[in-house]
Amino acid sequence: MNQRPAADLSGLPTFGHGPRSPTWWGTLGFMALEGTGFALAAGAYLYLATLWPNWRLSAPEPNHWPGTIVTLLLIASLVPNHILNGYAKECAIGPVRIGMVVMSLLGLAPLIVRWFEFPALNIYWDTNAYGSMLWVLLGLHTTHLITDVGDTIVLTVLMFTHHGYSGRRFGDVGDNVFYWDFVVLTWIPIYLLIYWVPRLG
Amino acid sequence: MSSADLTSERDLPPEREASAKGDLAPERDGPRDTGLDDASLHRWLARTWRTPPGVIGALSSVDHKVIARRYLITAFVFLCLGGLNAVAMRIQLSGPQRGLIGPDLYNQLFTMHGVTMMFLFAVPIVQATGIYLVPLMVGTRNIAFPRLNAFSYWVYVSGGLFAWVSFALSMAPDVGWFAYVPLSGPEYGPGKRADVWAQMITYTEVSSLAVAVATIVTVLKQRAPGMSLDKIPLYVWALLVTSFVVVFAMPAVMITSTFLILDRLVGTHIFNPAEGGDALLFQHLFWFFGHPEVYIIFLPATGMVSAIIPAFARRPAFGHLGLVLSLIAVGFLSFGLWVHHMFATGLPKLGASFFTASSMMIAIPNGVQIFCWLATLWDGRPVIRTPLLFVFGFFFIFIIGGLTGVMLASVPLDLQVHDTYFVVAHFHYVLIGGSVFPLLGAAYFWFPKITGRMMSERLGRWHFWLAVIGFNAAFFPMHIVGLWGMPRRVYTYPAELGWGNINLFITAGAVLFFLSFVLFAFNLVHGALRGAPAGDNPWDAGTLEWATSSPPPSYNFARIPVVTNVEPLWAERDALPVATGLRVDARELLISTVAEAHPDIREKSATPSIWPLLAAIAVGATFLYSIFTPWAIVWGAAPIALTLIGWFWPKGDPEDEE
Repeated sequence: MNQRPAADLSGLPTFGHGPRSPTWWGTLGFMALEGTGFALAAGAYLYLATLWPNWRLSAPEPNHWPGTIVTLLLIASLVPNHILNGYAKECAIGPVRIGMVVMSLLGLAPLIVRWFEFPALNIYWDTNAYGSMLWVLLGLHTTHLITDVGDTIVLTVLMFTHHGYSGRRFGDVGDNVFYWDFVVLTWIPIYLLIYWVPRLG
Repeated sequence: MSSADLTSERDLPPEREASAKGDLAPERDGPRDTGLDDASLHRWLARTWRTPPGVIGALSSVDHKVIARRYLITAFVFLCLGGLNAVAMRIQLSGPQRGLIGPDLYNQLFTMHGVTMMFLFAVPIVQATGIYLVPLMVGTRNIAFPRLNAFSYWVYVSGGLFAWVSFALSMAPDVGWFAYVPLSGPEYGPGKRADVWAQMITYTEVSSLAVAVATIVTVLKQRAPGMSLDKIPLYVWALLVTSFVVVFAMPAVMITSTFLILDRLVGTHIFNPAEGGDALLFQHLFWFFGHPEVYIIFLPATGMVSAIIPAFARRPAFGHLGLVLSLIAVGFLSFGLWVHHMFATGLPKLGASFFTASSMMIAIPNGVQIFCWLATLWDGRPVIRTPLLFVFGFFFIFIIGGLTGVMLASVPLDLQVHDTYFVVAHFHYVLIGGSVFPLLGAAYFWFPKITGRMMSERLGRWHFWLAVIGFNAAFFPMHIVGLWGMPRRVYTYPAELGWGNINLFITAGAVLFFLSFVLFAFNLVHGALRGAPAGDNPWDAGTLEWATSSPPPSYNFARIPVVTNVEPLWAERDALPVATGLRVDARELLISTVAEAHPDIREKSATPSIWPLLAAIAVGATFLYSIFTPWAIVWGAAPIALTLIGWFWPKGDPEDEE
């Protein structure tokens, strides 16, 4: 059919940060579905906890210290994470490179502590349903952590190549910051469920 | 709409200032569509957006239309396989004590029928239709995250192969499409059949979730200039709502199947009451997905109906806003109904009352939709062609299914007919009436756009009447035999119960219904090869997909349309307003704002890549191996990570990569 020009798009920028970028929305979509998965796993834990009056099923209390250290590390990492976001918005490659290295290290640190967190649960996955749910919850978040740290490390390496000087890549850094916030945020309720809900009773 | 409206000074981003500071690589510029004549423009765009030649090129394609066509054909093959399962079951049940199929094979047959129809046909085909149509209907050149979209197809097809190869090897799941524990648990489900179910479900749902996210972002961020929320076509609204339902419902079945495989493979006790678990938890999690699943299938079908009726009634849909709000209401309410699948499990009465009320409440927005469609037809000048015939079939069949649904939402009646053929009749009326009939109408409606040729109208009418008669002959008597007490999932029954004749009649209907699909397949092939040329807009419809040629070129639109009305082709009969200024030597997309679809960014779309296929192979092999050992997850992590790095890593000019 016939056409008539009605708008000129040539002046538009070629990338955008945050909600202007489709990747940000895609990241949000994946957060929604992963968050739903976490919520359902947490719901399953609480469902079983309400079914059994002696929940913990005679298992010992988990040692909360490794989990608490992970929590503190994750919360502390939010500060450099948001500083990095500021540099990414300014497209400042030097500080972004430093920030990505810092965030890679701050991603690896809780993973190292996490290694000690599993035995500190004081129960195995096949002991009873309580043990199963603890391992499932911690396992889900650990998978989450490993994949995001892996992604962060790859992006860090990428930022040190000539590909890093791209508006698109600075957008990726911003989305990585956004996703790390989600990794930290999802840990808080899981931490409370694993270490403090059993102590309530 | 002037260019000043589109790119006012306040919308210019701070990033351009940063560019001036020298921190950012200077933006490479290239030729634009402005000033090019039509022939040159098409040549440029065809070269930029083409799928590479050769086998590797074909396997690397990220064109949404190519991926969607593969999805549609694959889903249709699975429909035929699932249909053959059904026919085999019906022949076994056509008379009492038939010895054609034994109980073991029968259990695999009804499980594979359900798994195939729900996970490998119904959801993929509605999503595939969306993959094809949504980018065209919102006026963009490709779906968001095209490589993710390609990955989703490879995951889907390998998940389906996984299930069907297991069937060929007689190790298919035999625990029903729902795989309730304890039947599917480690104690009562030895062997690998339930493991195949669990991993295949998790695996194929990855595909659905990927498509849902891509669809949401396409609709929210890639709409043509001017397509504000109130101008989004109803079909696109339906796909948007469906995609949100997928995002919040599908994780439930993935959690269910993951818990099941953990119980079976590594000895967790999540569903084991002897060690503090609970079997009903499985049902809660499964139906938290399973009921919205019905609407994941049904909502896109309503979108199809909302596209077909205005085109043939020759007027815009009556009550556009009411239809959109109904879609959203159905999406929300679909999450509040799952317990009506569990009335017979002895749940507390208060809960049952709540779920009865919410189950009945969903009839309200569905009723609103039906009345809006009827009003559109009433106030229009309907032209009755095959697509509209299938919509009429949908009205008749779905309303019967809806009414029996209201009956089953009542606890006392549900307890009486639970696990009888009454329920089988009800959900086939809902699913086939609510989804397959609109889908068949949609196939006739959009076939000309996809292939550039028309299907035979005469064969289409034969197909319709065969399908309506065959379907009702097959499924209506199931209500009666169900009320007589015939249970579902039985492989035979004694002669003295007197169910023989009615079952013979049902089987004849099922065969007739199957034959209607054979006729449909013939019409599809005949239409694709010998059909009359369709032209761009054979139905004189009003939405954007009809503004481009049939079949659409790889770049969809030579220039991005500007939308001024919900039916832009009816509002702009003389000349379609278009936007210019996109590069023609790179895969540039227009990214717009969420609410108003105000032009915001020109962003590159992904180039073809083999990595999504390699990533799907790595993920598939990991899942397949994991039914034998949990270490598969550990060993599989390395190839998955490598393929994802290959996918993510830029290969050329930094500005030209996804």
